[in-house]
Order: sequence, then C-alpha cells, then structure tokens
Amino acid sequence: MKTETSAVNIDRSKGDFFYPEAHVRDAGAGLSERTVRYISDVKEDPDWVREFRLRGLKTFLEKPLPTHWASKDLEAIDFDKIRYYLSPGTETKRSWEEVPDDIKRTFERLGIPEQERKFLAGVEAQFDSEAVYSNIKKAVGEQGVIFVGSTEGLKNYPEIFRKWFGKVIPIADNKFSALNSAVFSGGSFIYVPPGVKVKHPLQAYFRINAENFGQFERTLIIADEGSEVTYMEGCTAPKFNTPTLHSAVVELVALKGAKIQYITVQNWASNVFNLVTKRGLAHENAEVKWIDCNIGSRLTMKYPGVIMKGRKARGEVLSIALANDGQHQDTGAKMIHAADETTSNIVSKSISIGKGRATYRGLVHVPKHLKHCKNNTECDALLINSTSRTDTYPAITVRGTGNAVQHEASVSQVSAEQIFYMQQRGLSEAQAMSLSVNGFVNDLVRQFPMEYSVELKRLIELEMEGSVG
Amino acid sequence: MSLVTDLQQAAPILSGPSELREFPDWFRDQQRAAWQQFEALPPPTRKDQAWRFSNVALLDLAPFKISAPLSEDDRKNVLKYSRGLDKYAARMVFANDQLIERDVVSEDLKRRGVIFQPLERAMIEHADLFRKYFMSTEARLGSAKFAALHKALVSSGTFLFVPRGLEIKEPIEIFHWLRHDNMSIFPHLLLVTDELAKVTVIEHFRSCDQRAAGFACGVNDLITGPGAKVTYVCAQNWAENVTALQMNSTTVDHDASAMSLNLHLGAKYSRFDSLSRLIGEGGRSDLLAVAVAKHQQEFDARTLQDHISPHTASDLLYKNALDDRARTTFGGLIRVEPHAHFTDAYQKVRNLLLSDDSEANSMPGLEILADNVRCTHGATSGQIEEDQLFYLRSRGIATKTAQRLLVAGFLDEVIQRLNHPAIGDHLHGLIEDKFAA
Repeated sequence: MKTETSAVNIDRSKGDFFYPEAHVRDAGAGLSERTVRYISDVKEDPDWVREFRLRGLKTFLEKPLPTHWASKDLEAIDFDKIRYYLSPGTETKRSWEEVPDDIKRTFERLGIPEQERKFLAGVEAQFDSEAVYSNIKKAVGEQGVIFVGSTEGLKNYPEIFRKWFGKVIPIADNKFSALNSAVFSGGSFIYVPPGVKVKHPLQAYFRINAENFGQFERTLIIADEGSEVTYMEGCTAPKFNTPTLHSAVVELVALKGAKIQYITVQNWASNVFNLVTKRGLAHENAEVKWIDCNIGSRLTMKYPGVIMKGRKARGEVLSIALANDGQHQDTGAKMIHAADETTSNIVSKSISIGKGRATYRGLVHVPKHLKHCKNNTECDALLINSTSRTDTYPAITVRGTGNAVQHEASVSQVSAEQIFYMQQRGLSEAQAMSLSVNGFVNDLVRQFPMEYSVELKRLIELEMEGSVG
Repeated sequence: MSLVTDLQQAAPILSGPSELREFPDWFRDQQRAAWQQFEALPPPTRKDQAWRFSNVALLDLAPFKISAPLSEDDRKNVLKYSRGLDKYAARMVFANDQLIERDVVSEDLKRRGVIFQPLERAMIEHADLFRKYFMSTEARLGSAKFAALHKALVSSGTFLFVPRGLEIKEPIEIFHWLRHDNMSIFPHLLLVTDELAKVTVIEHFRSCDQRAAGFACGVNDLITGPGAKVTYVCAQNWAENVTALQMNSTTVDHDASAMSLNLHLGAKYSRFDSLSRLIGEGGRSDLLAVAVAKHQQEFDARTLQDHISPHTASDLLYKNALDDRARTTFGGLIRVEPHAHFTDAYQKVRNLLLSDDSEANSMPGLEILADNVRCTHGATSGQIEEDQLFYLRSRGIATKTAQRLLVAGFLDEVIQRLNHPAIGDHLHGLIEDKFAA
C-alpha cells in the first residue's frame, strides 16, 4: 500500500545506481567564459540570455564564499573539477516510448511512469543537465496550463518568461544564485492562466547520473490571478566517490489571489552539496506555501522565502530536516513582509541522528509603517544520540507598532519514560524510538499531501534504523 | 596649567597607553601587548555576525581623549550627586577614571579577609590573586578589539574579593562618572568570590554633563566560586551623547549561582556583551536586562550562555521598550558543549514597540552539542494591547499615564526577579525619571 501510493520513491537504495554516460554535449570540467558560451551555443540562447549568463559568471567570481556565517565545508567544493553541462544531445521527448533506453531504465527503476499514470497532471524528468521527458495531461494542457523545461519556456513563451525571470531572485542575491544564473540548464517553466485550478500536482524529477557533475536547474512558476497549482519535485543521485554539486534557483510568482504550493523531497546521496535558492513573490491576497523535506545530501543550505508584496498576502514554510552521520542540514526560512495585513508562518522540525547536525536559520523582516502584519515561527529540534548536534539562528526585525511577531524554539530528546512505556508494551527499543520520532513530526507531516506523508514516515523509519543501541 | 588647557591638551585615546602611569612592569607589558592587539584587530563591520544589525558607524573613536583630572569643585559636586542606595556595605566613586572617594568595608569584614581595593593597589598588594583572574576570559562575543583597548588603557577600577563562607549583607556600590566633553573612561570591576561566599554589587554609570559626548569602555568579570552566590546590577544612565561598551564575563563554579541585571537608559549607542560560563555541576546563571530606548538611542546586547559542565541551568530574560526612532538589537546564544548533558537553558527576549519608527532586532540562537537537554527560547515583538489601554482609560487615567503604567508593568517582571526591594525601588525610580524626561 505504502509503495503504491508514493509520489516519489525515495528509498535511498533505489536511487543508488548509475548507467554509463553517453553524453553528446559536454562542457568539460571547470568554469570560464568559454564554458558559459558553450552552454549558450548548445542551447541557442537569445542575446539577452547570453548576456544574463555572463553577468552571472562575473558576479559569481566576484562574490566570496559565505563562510563567515556558513559552514566551512563549502570550501570542499572544487569548482574547477565540476562539469557544468552534460546532455544526451536529444530533444525533450513527449512520449515515454521515445526516451532513450538507458535513461528510460533509470526513471523506470525510480517508478516515474507509473506515478504519472496514477495521479500526476504532468511530469518532467531531468537527467543531468537537460529534461529528457516532459508531458502534461491533455485535459490540463487544454486549460492553457504551460508546463515545459526552462529552455523551451524562454524560447517559446518569451513574453511571459522574460517578465519574471530573475526578478524574484536577482543574479547577485548570493554566490550560488549567481553561479546558477551563469550555467543554468533544465528545470521547469510553468504558467497557470487566470482562474485555472490545477487539480492534480505537476511533478519534476531530478536525477544526477554523472560523476563530478553540477546540476543547475532553474524553475519559474507563474500562477496568474486566482489560479492554483501544486508542484512537487524529487531528486536522487548515485553515491560517487567525489562530491557532486546541486545548485538550483526556483522563482515563484503568485499574482493576485493565486495559490502556489511547492513540495520538495530532497534525498540526494550523502556526498551532494545542495545549495539552493528558493523564493516566492506573493501579490495581493495570494499565497505561497513551501513544503520542504530534507533527508539526503552532505550539506544542504536552503532557506525558502516569501516576499509578501500585496495586501493580505500569505507566506508559509513547513520544513522537516533529518540529519544523519556526515550530514549537515542547514535549512530555514525567510519571510519578507512588504505590505499591510500580510501574515506568515514558519514551522520547522529537525531530527539529528548519530553525528548529524541540523541547523535552523531564519529571517523575518517587518519594515516600518506596515500595519497588522503577523509572523509566527516555531522550530523544534529532536536529538537522538549524544553526538548529535542542533543549532537555531533566527534573525527578526520589527519596526512600528502595528505588528506582532513571535518566535519559539525548543530542543529536546525522546523521553526515556516514553520509550520505557512502549518497551513494556512489547515494542523493541528501535521500534519505540521510531514511533516516538514519528510522533514528533506527525502534526507537521499531517499537513502534507497524503502520498508524501506516508512516504516520508517510511523514510524516517529507514533512517532511524541502527541509530539506537 | 589651567584646567582648560589641560582639557585641550589631553591625548587622544588612539595615541595609545601613556607611559606616565605607575604600574608594575608586568602590567605595563600587558598594556603594551594589548595595545598592539587592539591595533592589529580589524574594526567591526556589519558583515560580522557578532555585529549584525549594529550601527558600527557610531564607533568612531577619533574624537575621544584620555581623561583629564577633575577640579576640586567638580569632585565635590560628583560626591554630592553620588546617591544610590540608602544602605550599602562599602562604596567607591570614580570620575574620569579617578578614584575620588572610598568608603571602606567595616573592620570586621576586613579582618575576615574581604578585599575591597582600587585596581592599582590590588595588583601590587594581592598580585597573585589579581593576576590569576584579571581579564582571564577571552572576549568571545565580537568585542575582542574593544577588550584589548580596555586592557591597554584601563587605569583604575575595583577589585573585590569575598573569602570562603562569608556573606556581605548590604550591597557594595560603585559609581563611575564622566565629566567634560569627549572624555573616555575604562571602568573595571573584578569580583572574585571564594566557596560559599555571598555578595551583591551595583555599579552606577552616570554623566555630569547631560549634553557632553564621551566614551566608556568597561569590563566586569564576575568569578563565582563553588556554592557562592553573586548578584550584580548595572544601572547605566549615561548622557545621551555617550558611546558605551561594556564587556562582562561571568564564571559559575559548581553549585554556585550568579544573577546579573543590566538596566540601560542612557547613551547614544550602548553595547553590552554578557558571557556566562557554567563550568561546574549544579551551577546556575540568571541573565536579566531592561532597556528603555528613546529618541535615536541604540542598544545592542549580545549574550552567550555557555554550558560547559553537565547539570547546569541558565535563564535569560531581556525586555526592551522602544520609543521614537530607537533601535535595539539582541543577539543571544545558548551553547551546550559536548558532554554538558542535563542542561536546562532558557532564553527569552521581548520587545515592546511604542512608536512607528522604532526597530527591534532579535537573534535568539541555540547550539546544542549534547544530549538530554532542555532548551527553549522565544522572541516576541509587539505593542501595548488596546484592551489594556482601554481599561485604564475607562478608569479615568489619561492615555500617556496609562501607557507609562503599562510599560512599567511590562518591565517590572524582570526587576522582580532580582528579589531585592531596595535595588528594585532604585531602578524603578531611574526608569520613571527617564519617562518623565
């Protein structure tokens, strides 16, 4: 039952395999103007995109690594060894049968086509740098919903694409958004016309298959007035011996009264650096909601944000992070209130197992002369072993008299009494621990779409194995 | 030489430590080394996490000078206004870093081993004890440069030692005054308590001239011995043109308890670093602060509750009331070191915004490297509740008065925790005066 309803199969063992590379396009290792021009040539970028990429490169080279506040582990990334663009050199396929066999096998092992048939409104699958398969259900397509890769988006829909591209997250936002701007490839472009409510989720699946590779997808989602859309992404990579870099930029634009829900289940192999910039722009009465689950990767630095630009806009981040041995989940949220009566909510739960380290970093900003803005932040951390570590670093700025902000955080461990009680009822210590951890995340997981909550719980159980005793 | 030329010729602090002072060689060597350290360390920028949100532009030290001595009239005036608590066990009054009066501890206390001396005497007469503890804790909250400046230029201060098992019932009072424009002072307090000793100390920081600019860069180090109990209160009421930094470190040994309360009313920019180190089982540290910020004042508090030993507790409560264009920053961290299991740590900061242009920044942080801990923190920012205001107004109380009452009530929770009515009354009086001004 569990596996049948799962949206993405994120069992780690399922993702840990790879096929020999057969890339036709390869930008080689290292980053220079030549690499960027190569990508532009292969993708036949229009001039403004070429210029955008070069500006991104310049900014990336100028900016220092943010190690004055972030983990020194960032220094372990060797930007000269990374390969920035790899693709099989074929067009994105519309039907599953046309996808090259080895790539098809990859995604079939991960269960993508079945998922699509079951309940998704559309699927896009990215293999290394490019989308290899993209499909949207006919009924949804007929409503005028656009769901294509970012390259196709900027070519075929420049009038919508260009208006918002790079506007929510400027090139110079941070070093990694600049890097993404220089070498971005793949990712999704979604446009939902006014009033259209996409019933089923759209999904993208990201797969890294090549060693020493950097994946830099770029996603832009625009929900026009009064529309609604849910987007889900999943990601896996085999565990190579050398670190892999994933640095995406995701921009969401919710126009007046629109709702966007963006769900991520990140289960990269434990040698992937996952440095992602995600931000949504909510106009009047609009809502942007991030549901963010970080289970994999070596170091994740990700702080989904919402800029509440219009009156009564809402922003929400629900996040769960699980840090096991050798992992650092540095996650959090940013809430920028920029209009009256805007409200935001952050709920973050983290679990540190073994020598894992979970960090919450948050920013809440309420500038002056705004009225009736509210923020609520809760972060709870659970420590499983005596070697586990957790940190909380929020930053809250409030100006003026009309606003209310509250932040609360707690750190605890599984209570010995609870474990004793369950053991006395015949559960093993490990089962009791797992049940207790599930209880800790339960009130948050319940808010996730059902398919995800089931999968996530199973995944947490898997991670908990062997952590007790 | 007349006083006026004296003032004009006073050396800028940035010219370094003067060779005129009569200190032991080892102390002078320390001062020279500290000065080199001060010069080598880069000035803080907003990009430093420890200075995030701080207006570092207010830290220009160029105008400030090494303090000139006071005239006889000034001394008399200072003494006249050095009124704090009605009852005290002993006191020292400093103006421009000069000791101008000392009410020594009673013969009885002295005989039983209490040492209450100015710094320059203690470093000679009790050299071993003094050297062991003098600035022995590294400044870890971003102010290392200013700690070095203090060490290089400190010229007087208070050394207090309370021997084993002794309790000093009444508080010890210390006054630090700033006189004349652009003077600088480096107040120092070193408090060492032996096992099971008990003492309360209150430091008053005041300006003679309400419009004068000035610079105060102080250090207070509280060493709480096993089972000892220390209460420290700082009543900071500088003139509103003063730039002030105060660096505290508190060391709490096993079964000891330290409580500190910092009241911030004055200064243009006032930064307070509080480092509490819990080094023995059963130790407890309470960190309290109250700030009333008006006009363009900026208060900048940075704290670290460092749990080094298992079975320790700490509790922080900071409250700020902000009016006009005032800004406050709170950057606090609870750190539970590996093996410091069974830690119980709390941290709470609450901001009450009374105007549209005030700004409160809060950064409550946690770093937990141990297991079996109970740690929570919370930060809130809000305003006076309309209901409460309405209730008071319906009882015939004018809006302004009602607001004042509610703010006083908001801040009172912190002062109550001191559980010292005489000091509480004194602090309430200072807060009232600030509202009335």
